[in-house]
This record gives sequence, C-alpha cells and structure tokens, in this order.
Amino acid sequence: MRGFVTFLAAFAVVALGYWAYHQNILTQQSLREVDRLQREIGLERENLGVLRAEWAYLNRPDRLRELVDLNFDRLGLLPMSPSQFAVMDEVVWRPESLPEAAAPSEPENILFSASETEEPL
Amino acid sequence: MTRRIALRPLARILEARAIGENPDRIERENVALRHEQARDKMRQRAESRLLMVAMVFFAAFLTVGVKMTALAGSEPEEPHIASTAAAALGTRADIVDRRGRVLATNLITNSLYVQPNDLIDPATAAAGLAEIFPDLELDWLMRRFTSGSSFAWLRGSISPEQQQRVHDLGEPGLLFGPRDMRLYPNGAVAAHILGGARFGEQAVNSAEILGVAGIEAQFDAELRDPARNGEPLQLSLDLTVQAAVEEVLEGGMTLMNAIGAAAVLMDVNTGEVISLASLPDFDPNARPRPLLVGDQAESPLFNRALQGVYELGSVFKIFTAAQALELDLVEPDTMIDTTGPLRMAGFEIEDFSNYGPENSVTDVIVRSSNIGTVRLAEMIGTERQQEFLDSLGLFDPTGIEVVEQRAARPLYPSRWTNLSTATISYGHGISVSPLHLAAAYASLLNGGTRVQPTILRRDTPQEGERVVSEEVSAIAASMLRQVVTDGTASLGEVEGYEVGGKTGSADKPDPEGGYYEGRLLSTFASVFPANDPQYVLVVTLDEPNIVMLGEERRTAGWTAVPVAAEIIRRAAPLLGLRPESVDPELAYQLSSASE
Repeated sequence: MRGFVTFLAAFAVVALGYWAYHQNILTQQSLREVDRLQREIGLERENLGVLRAEWAYLNRPDRLRELVDLNFDRLGLLPMSPSQFAVMDEVVWRPESLPEAAAPSEPENILFSASETEEPL
Repeated sequence: MTRRIALRPLARILEARAIGENPDRIERENVALRHEQARDKMRQRAESRLLMVAMVFFAAFLTVGVKMTALAGSEPEEPHIASTAAAALGTRADIVDRRGRVLATNLITNSLYVQPNDLIDPATAAAGLAEIFPDLELDWLMRRFTSGSSFAWLRGSISPEQQQRVHDLGEPGLLFGPRDMRLYPNGAVAAHILGGARFGEQAVNSAEILGVAGIEAQFDAELRDPARNGEPLQLSLDLTVQAAVEEVLEGGMTLMNAIGAAAVLMDVNTGEVISLASLPDFDPNARPRPLLVGDQAESPLFNRALQGVYELGSVFKIFTAAQALELDLVEPDTMIDTTGPLRMAGFEIEDFSNYGPENSVTDVIVRSSNIGTVRLAEMIGTERQQEFLDSLGLFDPTGIEVVEQRAARPLYPSRWTNLSTATISYGHGISVSPLHLAAAYASLLNGGTRVQPTILRRDTPQEGERVVSEEVSAIAASMLRQVVTDGTASLGEVEGYEVGGKTGSADKPDPEGGYYEGRLLSTFASVFPANDPQYVLVVTLDEPNIVMLGEERRTAGWTAVPVAAEIIRRAAPLLGLRPESVDPELAYQLSSASE
C-alpha cells in the first residue's frame, strides 16, 4: 500500500512536471507567434499608410477638378449649387417593374459582364 | 531497537543470591546499560537532524548557485511581457479634416547616401547620379567622392523610380536608408494652416520630422508622441469646402486684379474654423524659403487671414451700432444727425456721399455713414468702446491653435484720444486680422456670447461670456441683412441663403506715414443665414481694381462682395445648409444631399 502511494506521488510529480514543461513550450511558441503577428501588423499598417496616402493623393481636390473638366462631355458634373436642392416629391423615381433588359449587342454591357464573370475567385 | 532490559531480572538475582552476591549490583549495572542505550538514541537523532539541516542548506546554496550560473551564462534580456497591447508607434501622427480625410500623412521613401571608400568607379557613379538628379552637379559630386571622407548624404528622400535608377548604377558605395517623408496629398490646399515639416536629426535608418509652421509646429510634440499610437489629429477644416473657397477666392483675386486675398469661414456657435484661405499660397510639400529681403507680408508663406493685421474699415460699424443698442442709447429707428463734414481735432470726417441731414441707426449701417457712426461713438464714450472691443477679443491675439497667431497682435493707439474713438468706430486706426473680425462677428451674431476661434474639431457650442443680449444680436443680424437687400452689398445676395453682411473699404496705410491714394483693402464680413446665423464669412481682397459698368471700381461692394457671394453659393450646400426657397414644412427633404 505504502509503496503504491509513493509510486503514485512520483508519477504525479512527473506528470505535472511534463505538463508544466509542455505549457511553457506552448507559451513560448505563442509568444513567438504574437511577435510574428505584431511584425506583420506593423508591416500591414505601413502598407495601409502608403495606400491611404495614395488614396488621399488620388482624391486631391485639384485632380478631381481636372478629371471633372476632362470628362465634362460624358459626366456633365458641375459644382453643387443651392438650386440643386429639391424636395422628394420632385424626384422622378424609377418605375417599379424594370424595363426589358438592354439588347445584349451593346458593347459596354458585354465588356462589363465579361470582365465580371471572368474574374478568378 | 534493542530489547528493553529488566532492571532486576529474577533469574540473575536468584543466581546471585545463591552465590552470596549483592543483587543491587545487577540493578546498577542494568541502569547503566539503560543510560547508555538512551544516549546512543539521542546521538543518532541529533546526527540525523544535523544531516537534514545540512541538506537544506546545501539545496538552498545549490539553488542560488545554479541561478547565479544561469544569470552569468545567459544573454541580458528584458522580461517578456505576454500582453498583446499594440506597440507604441514611432511615426508622426496624421492630420485629418473634420470628416477624416487626410491632410497630412507619412510616406516611406528612401534617402540616398554614399560611402566613397566603397565606390568602385567614382567618376561613372557621379556621372550617373548627375543624370538621375539634374540638380546635383557633377563637380560637386566628384568633390564629395574624392574628399577622403567615408560618408556623405546625397538626398533626403528619393522616389521609388529614382531609387531603382540609382540601384541600376550597380555601385556598392551608394546606399539607401529608409525615410519617413511628410506628405501633404492635397498640395496647396490649406497650406497655411498645415504649415510644413522638415527633417531634424538624421541617422542612416531614420530621421526626425519636425514641424516648422502652422499646425505642424503648434502640435509638434503631440504629433510625435509615441504614446499617441498614431491617432490622427482632427481639425475643424472641411477639405471640400476649403478647396472650393480657395478656388473661388483665386478666381476672384485674378478677376479683381488683387495682389492678395484672404477668406475665413467660421461656425458661429462652436467657433470652429471651417475654412481659412490666404492667397498667394504655396505647396507645403516643397515649402519655399522665407524672403531674405523685402516685406515678409508679401511672401506666399504669409498667412493674410491670420497673421496679417489690417485696418479693415467700415466692417467695424456694426460693433458701434450694436453697442449703442446694447446700452439702450438708441433704438434701430432713432434718427442720427449725419450732416457733414464733421470736424474733429483738425480732421474732417466725411461720408462717401451725402446721405442727408438725418438717418436712422439702421440706415447709418445700411448706407455706411461714417458721420452717423461717429455720433453713436460719441454717445458711447471712449472707455465703454474700449471695453466692448476688448470683450469681442479685438485687442489680443486670437488664440487659435496655429503657431503664427502669437505674433498677430492687433494694433491700436496707445494714446486713445477722442479722435481715435471716432475713427475706430468706423474701423480706422485699429488693425486686426480677418480672423479677429470673423471671431468678433461670430460672437456678436450667435446670440451674443463670445467665441474663441479654434482649428480643432469640436461638437459642442462654446459657452463664452455674454457680449450683447440675444435681442441686440438679432437686430444686428437683421441690420446686416438690410445692408445686402438695400445697401452697399447688393451683389451679395445668394438665392436661398439670407446673406447679411457689412462692407469695408479702407485705404492702405503707407509705411512712411499717411495713406496710399487709390490702394484699398476691400473686406466683406458676412453672416448666413441672417435669420438664424450659422456661419460667418470674411473675405478680404488686397488692392482690387476692376472696371465695371464703365468705371474703375475698388470698393468692397464691387469687389469683395461678389467673391463672397460666390463662396457662399458654393460652400453653403457643401455645409449641408438647406436653401430657404425649399418649403421646410415638407417632410421629405434632401437636406443630407451633401453627405
């Protein structure tokens, strides 16, 4: 009996030791992973900063104004003016039922749908 | 354990008695034996205890020894904290506008430096660099490469294309270091507010970015603070409105042949500056050097809206009228004597034209009568006039969070004579910046409480001390409205927004004394909508001059007013103000069209 208890205690010590060691290793691994992720986050944040700067640069008012001028024929964009405010009742809504689909021979449509379907997932 | 011995064992005693010995001897012998046994046991126990103590000490010293060995044998390392809190960010924080659009950010580029000792062919390298960077001279490069020093900076920050071309030269002595570069993606938009930045201390791997002007200098420490963790600094500026204001102002300045222009658009309740423009302007990405000769006020770096103090003229009349009303000296329809010219201390005060012998207080403002205003100022008196102008903040720097404001101290006479009182009542003899004027108008028209202009985003109205009563504030707004409907600012009408405002055309002072002839500073200080003031706009044109209806026009009514009207026409919809012509009773409004 006494020998059995001693054996059990010894086994428990070994088992706990193994468990503690294992946890230690796991923690170290997690810390390394966290470090790696932090580095990655840092890099991504750097990239995000660059993208944000580029986005802001592409959206700078001077450039948008130039683009509006260049594309005036197609878009006809004008600065917002007080006369453009209106009440909802004056808005012409689209009819409830959609009109017949545009003829499929229209080149823009084909291009658009083709590029959309061919996009790899 | 030995068997316990009886002290008087019967067998031995009987035996001893038989041979005539004293049985007590046996007992004494046994007692002695027993003592011996007990002593042995004690000694054993003591020995085992000593061993135990020794082992404990050994274990303790062993632990200390092992730990010391481990410490001595391991690399010094900071204790690892297993928290996942984001690391402190070393980069300078962004600056964004009130809707979060980027006004200033950082871009990672590279700097170029040379280690001449590692150059294989200095002559070819110099020729290649001179081709890539046209502003680097071949001679200068060669001197750098052959001077014997082992290190030299060539460029602060270069573009990726330039980096690739330098890389293609294949010189091992040409090296790159990463550089955070301050980028203002919108170019010259809001340049004066943002200021600019430059490199401070440089090392191969990084360089300090220091703010040199504007917001960048004012908030330099905050923007650099790593504990800020990259949280952007949000300004009250609206990028879209700012761009529109600058565009219109630039067009107006060109059209009116002015040499400079400034505009301030401010929320009357919160004191937020929505837009502040000064022309000519500059690109903060390539900040020009300050002028070495001549007047700094002519440099594009000079912020006319905030740094420049000018005599702004008749725009001050509304302050005099409002104070007279506040002190119950007059009612809006009280008749004021306006017969001129008015002689005072050897000066003659005249009106632009004769407005008849008597005008109501409202008409004094609407027609902009100098004489009428002086009469009002005489009723008020010098001391009360000073107190009132002080309460509007016209004697101190504005306190806006832009570093240049500290120097923009209003100029007013140190010896305030009766003549000063008279001329200052209509805006001559006191110089303030357009921002001062905008803040004073906002304080007067927001219901009568003082606002301090701010460039930082805030959501709540400022609750400053009371300047005038709500009633007087409303009357002042309605007077300003009548200036537009019936008076000197008739070109300021913008359909849908009840614009009110006061014109001011002041002769520019000659630094050598007196005033220039025919060189005017034209100002229009406006408020919209006048029935419920929300925004104040001050537009100033420096030396405008335009031929209109067959006559040369310089006064504000012909120059600053139409420019201001166009700014309001463009900016008000962007600010989400619904024009009045749309019936507010109708439930479905497109009031959010600007969002």
